Amino acid sequence: MKNKHLLGLKDFPSEDIKKIIDTSFSFKEVLNRPIKKVPSLQGKTIVNLFFENSTRTRISFELAQKRLSADTVNFSASSSSLSKGETFKDTAQNIEAMKIDAVVMRHPNPGAALHLTNYIGSIIINAGDGAHEHPTQALLDMTTLKEKFGYLKGLKIGIVGDISHSRVALSNMYGLKTMGAEITLCGPATLIPPFIEDLGVNVNYNIDEVIEWADALNILRIQRERMSGGLLPSIREYRNLFGISSERLAKHKKELVIMHPGPMNRGVEIDSSVADSDQAIILDQVLNGVASRMAILYLLLGGKEIN
Amino acid sequence: MTPSKTKQIMDAESINRSITRLAHEILEHNNGPDNIILIGIITRGEPLAKRLRKLIENITNIKIPIGFLDITFHRDDFRTRLVVPQIKGTDIHDSIDDKIVILVDDVLFTGRTIRAAMDELNAFGRPSNIQLAVLVDRGHRELPIRPDYVGKNIPTNEGENVKVLLKEFDKKDLVILNS
Amino acid sequence: MKISKLNKNTVLKGGIILDPINNIEKKGDLYIKDGKINSLFKIDPPKEANVIDCKGLIITHGFMDMHVHFREPGREDKETLNSGSMAALKGGFTRVCVMPNTQPPLDSPESMRYIIDRSEECPIHIHPIGSISKGQEGKELTEMGEMIAEGAVAFSDDGLPVENSRIMRRALEYSNMFGVPIINHAEDLCLKDDGVMHEGVVSTQLGLKSSPGITESNMIHRDLELADLTQSRLHVPHVSSSRSVEHINVMKNKNNNITAEVSPHHLFFTDEDLTGFDTNLKVAPPIRSNSDRKALIKGVKDGTINCIATDHAPHTSEEKEKTFDLAPFGMIGLESCFGVVNKVLVKENKIKLNKLIQLLTCNPRKNLGFDYDLFKIGTQAEITVLDPNVKWTFTKHDIFSKSKNSPFVGKEMNGKIIFTIVKGYLSEIK
Repeated sequence: MKNKHLLGLKDFPSEDIKKIIDTSFSFKEVLNRPIKKVPSLQGKTIVNLFFENSTRTRISFELAQKRLSADTVNFSASSSSLSKGETFKDTAQNIEAMKIDAVVMRHPNPGAALHLTNYIGSIIINAGDGAHEHPTQALLDMTTLKEKFGYLKGLKIGIVGDISHSRVALSNMYGLKTMGAEITLCGPATLIPPFIEDLGVNVNYNIDEVIEWADALNILRIQRERMSGGLLPSIREYRNLFGISSERLAKHKKELVIMHPGPMNRGVEIDSSVADSDQAIILDQVLNGVASRMAILYLLLGGKEIN
Repeated sequence: MTPSKTKQIMDAESINRSITRLAHEILEHNNGPDNIILIGIITRGEPLAKRLRKLIENITNIKIPIGFLDITFHRDDFRTRLVVPQIKGTDIHDSIDDKIVILVDDVLFTGRTIRAAMDELNAFGRPSNIQLAVLVDRGHRELPIRPDYVGKNIPTNEGENVKVLLKEFDKKDLVILNS
Repeated sequence: MKISKLNKNTVLKGGIILDPINNIEKKGDLYIKDGKINSLFKIDPPKEANVIDCKGLIITHGFMDMHVHFREPGREDKETLNSGSMAALKGGFTRVCVMPNTQPPLDSPESMRYIIDRSEECPIHIHPIGSISKGQEGKELTEMGEMIAEGAVAFSDDGLPVENSRIMRRALEYSNMFGVPIINHAEDLCLKDDGVMHEGVVSTQLGLKSSPGITESNMIHRDLELADLTQSRLHVPHVSSSRSVEHINVMKNKNNNITAEVSPHHLFFTDEDLTGFDTNLKVAPPIRSNSDRKALIKGVKDGTINCIATDHAPHTSEEKEKTFDLAPFGMIGLESCFGVVNKVLVKENKIKLNKLIQLLTCNPRKNLGFDYDLFKIGTQAEITVLDPNVKWTFTKHDIFSKSKNSPFVGKEMNGKIIFTIVKGYLSEIK
């Protein structure tokens, strides 16, 4: 792998993305065995440093680490020490002093993962830094798409929802573009960041047109907090304009693959019936999440590369 | 510097004769095909296992179960060498509990590959018996592993190696010794 | 840096005397007697005079920075008037104006007196800028008349904008009685929201909250209209956006009561330099795009912007070591100023050295109504001697401020201060 850390997918080499996706499939097979364990990361210690609440991502990483026989330690910082920012450097240096091999970190401020490289020498995996990047999510999304369609180049992906606060969206944009996919963003204009088209993606406020165009939709969560600050008038308005409901999908007679990074607001951005339908590969994303994180950990921490 | 020499040890016909003998020996030793599952070790163990299976079918009219192992994740040198696994990886979809597992590989050397294979088999179940069939045994074991069925013994010196070429990958069947 | 008392008879010999007022740049000598300018070019010093070899160096007026933050009173851990003075001397500055956003803010005649008294002990001249409103709250005007009597040279709520247009109007009208400028930190706080950098492709790529150029230029436009309405003196601080330059340019052609400054960092960096999330580049107003930077350079060339001010803003390393969102805004700039602006304006953009020196010496002094002919016979010597061509790399050791928050560490500079003479002392920058 070209880079020591996984901080983001911006400028991440396509060969390495391919390597991670391919290795994910091998690890998916391991997850189907009666005993789901390989000894590859035996003796390695990995710290899950979560400054922000996240049950699903942390569990996914923990499972991946344990299946690789690594030792894992969880650190959850409370929100009060976090808001002062003062314990970040101290926390980082304390961990480094305990001689660990890798840190998986989630933090609410953009640039935090890069900032961590100033204080520790171990391998760093960004599990989400504010509204900046969430590379492991994008990698598992791409693995799931590759699994479903067999290819990524030329695939048409629609990303729907609150783009401007979404690290999932940005990482997906970087990764999918590198692998040759086409992306259209759809959501309220107030929630789409300025200059986003300069990143090589399309923007379309008409969800029906996007549904017609896309091979797959990645649906993002809408947070109720967006109503303050003049970003969104109401949840009802959002649902009517952008919600993926079964009625809306029924209007378009097509095979559309539905994805969602979770957690879902059923009845807001996505209807229950859609989330539970055959078109939705949301649970595949979850399983691939463990496999893909195993691949990432294996490739970053395993020995010295010979292939 | 001594020039490298290539010597042909087995040709297509002798390879075929050896594999045929191995098929018979496996059946003889286990009193028939019952309960046997062939597990080929990727890469060249896979076509060898498939050939054995075909030969056993010819003899007994029974198609015995077959599976394939990619031992990459169970290598014992994982601390120093990172190996990226093959796309076509481990594929074992039959149960191995209480079965006779015949591990099949092309060349037996240090024995570490077989150790990794047995380690990996643990994740799938508990066979009643594990036996080892190899086309070539070139000696120089580093672990207490021994084959049950051998096509040919080819003693080697340091600096020499044995290469098995098979039609399925290399367009021809050949066993050569490089020195 | 070696500081020694100026010899009764001091001669700066063999340099090139650059007079920014009369556009003179000629080889010559300068004779300073009893700390005052005695003669230039044709000099007749006594034999025992201390002769300082200035071969290949430029001898010119001491620099003045009309926009610095010395954090005293309240945050002496970041900077004091003394440590700030050291940083100033290193940068060739003999005179500075300190902004009032201290703790407590400088919003009374007593606080003006405090700064004036404290500055007596300092090796450079320090002038206080009083705040426009009491407590910098933007509600009630300060006692401007009393404060000017105690030494205030201008008024500003810098750090914060005067959001209320009515208050801004009254401030302009009132200060105009005394002929001193209002300096408004123009930032529409509602539009800015939580923005920490310039709104552009880079902010989108970094996932950081951002604010567009009009956050600044909208308010500058308002200030310019108010200054026009009231025919009063307005000085626009730290211009960062191309649109702001446009507005100022239009108004300057109508009125001559407008002046504007630019900082070295807005001339040197663009938002693309922020991809490493370096908190030393987190400033307000933010560092903007390359086209904004080019507009600022053009504004300097055509006189829309008439002076350089560093907005020297020290912060402790504990504060700057946080993640980008949480770090405070500001960078120090006195020590690196000349090396940066000489490189960008003179070397890269073909502005004459004479003009650059004007931007650093007589122009800021004129903006505040100070004496500016520093070569006039009998004037207390405020002289800066510099090498206009030497290439060097700025390091931590070049920082004399108490705080070290400079993004220029490791960057190549062009041009260096060699000596600074002020208040009867000679500082030799080693």
